Amino acid sequence: MGYENVTKSLTKVIEMKNITKKFGDFVANDSVNLDVFKGKVHALLGENGAGKSTLMNILYGLYSPTSGEILINGKKVDITNPNIAIEHGIGMVHQHFMLIKPFTVAQNIILGQEPTSKMSVLNMKKALKDVKEISERYGLYVDPNAKIEDISVGMQQRVEILKALYRGAEILILDEPTAVLTPQEIVELIQIIKNLTKEGKSIILISHKLKEITDAADFCLIIRRGKHIDTVVVSETDEEGLASKMVGREVSFSVAKDDKEAGDEIFSIKDLVVKDNRDIIAVDKLNLSLKKGEILGLAGIDGNGQTELLEAITGLRKVESGEIKINGENITNKTPFQVISKKISHIPEDRQKRGLVLDFDISENAILENYYKNPFAKRGVLQYNNIKIYAKELIDKFDVRPREESKMARTLSGGNQQKVIIAREVSNDPDLLIAAQPTRGLDVGAIEFVHKALIEQRDNDKAVFLISFELDEIMNVSDRIAVIYEGKIVGIMDAKDAEVEKLGLMMAGGGNE
Amino acid sequence: MKLTFKDLRKKLYIFATEKTIGFTLISIFLGLVVGAIFLAAAGFNPFQAYWVMLRGIFAKPSYMSYTIIRATPLILTGLSIAFAFKTGLFNIGAEGQFIIGSVAATATGYFLHLPLLIHIPVVVISAVLAAGIWGGIAGYFKAKFGVHEVISTIMLNWIALYFQNFLIYTKGFQKPGGETSYSIQPTANMMILKTWKQSEAGREWLLQHPFWKDLLRTPMNWGFVIAILMAILVWFILNKTALGYRLRAVGFNKFAAEYGGINVNKNMIISMFIAGALAGLAGALQVVGVSHKVTLIAAMEGYGFDGIAVALIANSNALGCILAGLLFGALKYGGTKIQMFPVKAPSEVINIVIGSIVFFISIPKLIKVILSRKNKKGSTK
Repeated sequence: MGYENVTKSLTKVIEMKNITKKFGDFVANDSVNLDVFKGKVHALLGENGAGKSTLMNILYGLYSPTSGEILINGKKVDITNPNIAIEHGIGMVHQHFMLIKPFTVAQNIILGQEPTSKMSVLNMKKALKDVKEISERYGLYVDPNAKIEDISVGMQQRVEILKALYRGAEILILDEPTAVLTPQEIVELIQIIKNLTKEGKSIILISHKLKEITDAADFCLIIRRGKHIDTVVVSETDEEGLASKMVGREVSFSVAKDDKEAGDEIFSIKDLVVKDNRDIIAVDKLNLSLKKGEILGLAGIDGNGQTELLEAITGLRKVESGEIKINGENITNKTPFQVISKKISHIPEDRQKRGLVLDFDISENAILENYYKNPFAKRGVLQYNNIKIYAKELIDKFDVRPREESKMARTLSGGNQQKVIIAREVSNDPDLLIAAQPTRGLDVGAIEFVHKALIEQRDNDKAVFLISFELDEIMNVSDRIAVIYEGKIVGIMDAKDAEVEKLGLMMAGGGNE
Repeated sequence: MKLTFKDLRKKLYIFATEKTIGFTLISIFLGLVVGAIFLAAAGFNPFQAYWVMLRGIFAKPSYMSYTIIRATPLILTGLSIAFAFKTGLFNIGAEGQFIIGSVAATATGYFLHLPLLIHIPVVVISAVLAAGIWGGIAGYFKAKFGVHEVISTIMLNWIALYFQNFLIYTKGFQKPGGETSYSIQPTANMMILKTWKQSEAGREWLLQHPFWKDLLRTPMNWGFVIAILMAILVWFILNKTALGYRLRAVGFNKFAAEYGGINVNKNMIISMFIAGALAGLAGALQVVGVSHKVTLIAAMEGYGFDGIAVALIANSNALGCILAGLLFGALKYGGTKIQMFPVKAPSEVINIVIGSIVFFISIPKLIKVILSRKNKKGSTK
């Protein structure tokens, strides 16, 4: 039917017309148009850095546009700060919650607009009543007396939504709302979105995840490198269609992978105990093993001991007790240098903190573990010619852009930074490759590339240990899946037998042991 | 006409903010402007003062020699601090390392009796080692106990200062009747043509060659050449060797370095050792080339602290430290000239100039804001 026909009869609550925002010479938004309709969900899709957040920050009054205008309910408005946006009924739920943790749910919701009785005394009774009323009306069930620090991330998000509604929001901006949620919580969030639109609220959903857009949104604006690409009716397209518009080329989703018989056990962890920075046990008597030629996926919600486990394996964190072995050799509490020399490579979860020296160029980063070895150094003097040749090889093979080995790592995009790390780690020819969140923040094109690299590693009869918070990634790429919850492995299964619901339940601690 | 002015400002903006050399030059210029304002406010003619200063640096061969002699220790302490900066450490301890270097040089220079060609290297190397260990202590404390190097090096500075004063009151080291140590043996003296210029033949020859006579009036020595060689060596180590790679990786991102298998703690100690050694070399060269002894000091002499300013002006670039050290030496030496007739301005103005230069360099944003304020106003409209 087409976007024009579908939207003809709908009421426009927001019109953003020809919005352009420049930062110096950089154009973050280039005449972008966005219409939001009453009672509908409008998604904003684009790769990282495409300009989604800039557009929303303009709507919320955090930036002023270089040119273009905004109309709310048909009237031109000048939103110069967030208070004006709130006055016009715009509410924003940020990716990182802005809640006061020791306060209760109700206290957080009313903060800044507290109902008072005579003499400015806080009327907590009325506050509780108000909160209860809104939460029932939209099916956003929360315990108003619970403290924020005691409730789950999904609940905290509900509090954020309630906070916006309490302030009279008619238009809600949700910034990457599912990034922190479990699969069950995502289903619940989509239900909440439906309840809200039923009550006449309009929603802007910022995302680079295609699935939640097809599940929740009515319309979708696609932005690529700041440019307005298209606005589509979601029911008339599919994930592939959205993806190719977002990236600008055809993308394949299914991870092509042949069946492969796994070989002998090569790596094992026995009764491992590791503490976190606060000296609390984070990995609790964990057992795991990996075989040659298999990809083991570790599913789990952030903060269940994954980081500590990785750091313990790679020698970055002290092991309290237990044993880690590779090729029969004990590597418990060895230094990172010794672990690397035992043919373990590691794609770290935080590529800017651990993975790269951002003020080194690509070629210097390419030799991070091998800088002292021949042919990169001879008698302690670096051989820049050889280093450059090697870096050029990696750049070609792993399609790093730009193709200049003298570019600072800092100037590369996230996807290309990740390619440099993967190129370096895979080229070390490891027996075990640990990949932690290897596709975090990457666009679909780069994700495809990373997955291929991991599978190639497995096809060369190497072991790959994949840690990810993205369940889709775990299910598509792994041969076996282990689920971690509170520092323990609560289940291991063959990837072929895995179901999203079951995994999600286990990740939330509800699984059978 | 208006357009060309706008273009000019835009070019100036790019020059001052994107290229570090341009930025440094503008900071120096602004520092001189601030000094001029103070001079004018105090009733002096700033142009006359700066002219006198310029003449005081370049007018005679001996002036230039003095400038270089002043600059030599500053180049080395600047290098010490720049080297530490490049490896992620802030070496406030160059002051104390300088003292340890000069004490060790005086001790070995006075107590040991060695042939000419061996004595100087022995003196210099032992001073460098002693100061290196002094710096390494701070590195060790940081690696082992997490003591921040700023804290530990400040404390080590005071320990070094009182250690020197203690030695000066120690029998056998103290020159009787004075608040100084004995002077080093002539074999440890690195002054150029020292014996010749005092000999009969030398004096006669110099009488007929006024240029050389003026130049050799100064304690001219090989220190400057050594400082330049050191700057080149430091540059080479940092940029061309595996050790430098390691140290820089730790300095830029110790988390990534640790992840890559580099021993962060060990490299912090090495880095502080090298930084200490460089500052100690400054102290040693000062003794063998200029002072030949150590004297009682009431407060820090400032070689280490001025080195911080040198490193900042040089943007921690090893070769830049040569130029920044020379600039500093010139300002310090030339600055004393404005005290005299005909200007008679207080030489503290030079410290204001130096302070302002460092100030402008430390806050690059200020210059950016000043230069871009009008541009921005135009664009938001």
